[in-house]
Amino acid sequence: MITACPVPQFDFDTINLGHGSGGTLTGQLLDAGVFKILGNPLLDKKHDGAIFNINGRVAMSTDTYVVSPIFFEGGNIGDLAINGTVNDLAMCGASAKYLTLGFVLEEGLKMTEFTDILLSIKAACDVAGVDIITGDTKVVERGKGDKIFINTTGIGHVHPKADIDSANIKPGDKIILSGPLARHGITIMSHRQGLQFETTISSDTRPLNKIVLQLLDGFGEHIHLLRDPTRGGLATVLNEIAKDCCMGIDIAQRDIPVEEEVYGACEMLGLDPLYVANEGLFVAIVEAKVADALLYELNDWEHGSMAAIIGEVTTEHPRQVVMKSNIGGRRVVNMLPGEQLPRIC
Amino acid sequence: MKYVSEFRSPEIVDALLKEIKQTLKGNWNIMEVCGGQTHSLVKNGILNMLPSNIQMVHGPGCPVCVTPVNLIDKAVHLATDHGVILCSYGDMIRVPGSGMSLLEAKSKGADVRILYSPLEAVEIAKQNPDRQVVFFAVGFETTAPANALSVIHAHRQGVKNYSVLTSHVLVPPAMEAIMSDTECRVDAFLGAGHVCAIMGMGEYYPIVEKYKIPIVVTGFEPVDLLEGILMAVKQLEKGEYKLENQYTRIVDATGNTNATDAIGEIFEITNREWRGIGEIALSGYGVKEKYSDYDAVRKFKIDIAESHEDLSCLSGDVMKGKIKPGQCPNFGTRCTPVAPLGAPMVSSEGACAAYYHFNMAAGFEQVV
Repeated sequence: MITACPVPQFDFDTINLGHGSGGTLTGQLLDAGVFKILGNPLLDKKHDGAIFNINGRVAMSTDTYVVSPIFFEGGNIGDLAINGTVNDLAMCGASAKYLTLGFVLEEGLKMTEFTDILLSIKAACDVAGVDIITGDTKVVERGKGDKIFINTTGIGHVHPKADIDSANIKPGDKIILSGPLARHGITIMSHRQGLQFETTISSDTRPLNKIVLQLLDGFGEHIHLLRDPTRGGLATVLNEIAKDCCMGIDIAQRDIPVEEEVYGACEMLGLDPLYVANEGLFVAIVEAKVADALLYELNDWEHGSMAAIIGEVTTEHPRQVVMKSNIGGRRVVNMLPGEQLPRIC
Repeated sequence: MKYVSEFRSPEIVDALLKEIKQTLKGNWNIMEVCGGQTHSLVKNGILNMLPSNIQMVHGPGCPVCVTPVNLIDKAVHLATDHGVILCSYGDMIRVPGSGMSLLEAKSKGADVRILYSPLEAVEIAKQNPDRQVVFFAVGFETTAPANALSVIHAHRQGVKNYSVLTSHVLVPPAMEAIMSDTECRVDAFLGAGHVCAIMGMGEYYPIVEKYKIPIVVTGFEPVDLLEGILMAVKQLEKGEYKLENQYTRIVDATGNTNATDAIGEIFEITNREWRGIGEIALSGYGVKEKYSDYDAVRKFKIDIAESHEDLSCLSGDVMKGKIKPGQCPNFGTRCTPVAPLGAPMVSSEGACAAYYHFNMAAGFEQVV
């Protein structure tokens, strides 16, 4: 997909402070790179902002991407920044239409890397069906950033049948997970310096807007809540849901899909997959009567073969998530106080 | 996964639980020594599955928990005042010192790095010849071989800017200290499987004989733990005391001689202070004189104020098995994983954190 775009040619190899000055160098960077790759009628106006009409119920979301390393198996910070905001809107029941794109570049970033990121952004926009319509580029001194940070803000119409609200959750609702856990987080950790740990696991970064809209077409208001378990993983999202709706959540460990290789990596690294980050996954809390039909449809999706009903909402133990372990014991699945830290032994 | 999934089999777990119930007549307190075992017991919900007349008592085998606050202060001092690259295992960095934790030091600009292996620290030293690199070498007999090996590697490769800040502790002296306590209520031990994989089983016969107490060297998976408990219960019900090995797929009588040779080359047995417990004679490892250039305490001028910790923390009583975490008045109120008073609330191997994270359904109120 990346090679479908023309590879831009620059007169410079690395980003320097001049590229953020607003002068000629900034113009060269934007014209030969950003506008050439991402151009569309609204962006091509090169105005201070984009002007467009929008009516009806819309959703808006923003997120900032600081992942390190910036390139990893299955993606890079560019497609992550597009998919992440597209997915945040999808979790509102909305289909992203327009995105803004803000770069903070560190002096010294290689132009080849920046170009690859731009091409990935373009490819991800095409897959998700969104346009970048305005943006910003700043450059910071070497040592004051981590190669590249990206902010994206998205806006899109909410599906007419969507009624996504934690207030709609009721006892007996089923909890559906759209695929296997922990792929993105383990991919990133296996790349980090010093880990000396190689896997063939790749990030699950992908847009979720199309499958979510398809499910809303079929099941509308029976889908009570959608969340994507990114940072903090599934455990954190379920705890937030339990606290928001003041109900309990029961999950069963044996029903939670985790790929064998990911599970093995978690065991080796001393991490619990419940707390590891995901990027192309969602949790749906749905009316019990539609759960099987919705799962059936989800299983048909190209990334949904491992989707599963992992638990249900209960009036017992309000605000707590309780998991039945594989061997039949029960334990509370709590929020972590901070980043998950590997154990000593 | 082969060698894992069969030890998490619900059917075998059910069969073992049934046999434990059939065998059990008395009330027994069984201490699992190792924090990894505590973690597994609570993570798998095993504590709630056991009959009520077996009480699991959680031992001192959490390296993070027993590392004295003075050592953490020294690590923070090295990272902040000496500007060293301070490398550490992950869950050590959040443990509170007298002033701050390593995590807080990092946020204030200290170069603190989380590693999985001390050999990575030697590589960092080679890559940064103009910086001093210190590895915070904590842990039991399990981590000692790798830490020793890092010094051997550094010495062999002529890496002069590497040293270790050691706080190594040993399991058998801690078990003796627990048994010598007049308030001790432990009837049997589950021995720490991975420690025995390194050291073998020979050190435990004298403890069995001296205190007439069953010790079952036990693994970490649900089936391991329940089989270890069953073996201990069988001995207790028959009035026997023996050293037995449940973890035969990993542990043999002699241990790993390559590992013990590495330990013997670098370390010697010394007195050690245990956080929450106090000094135990001949209970840890220190760096031998021959390798003193690699001992951070001797290499750097460490000048810190006297260390202190919160006296209201009852972690010592928890680690000696005198009280359960929930019986501490600070549990879940003044002391949480976000703001821990003592180390057992930090590491997920620590009994307090394990109870907080996994076991609150068993009668503790949610703390928001």
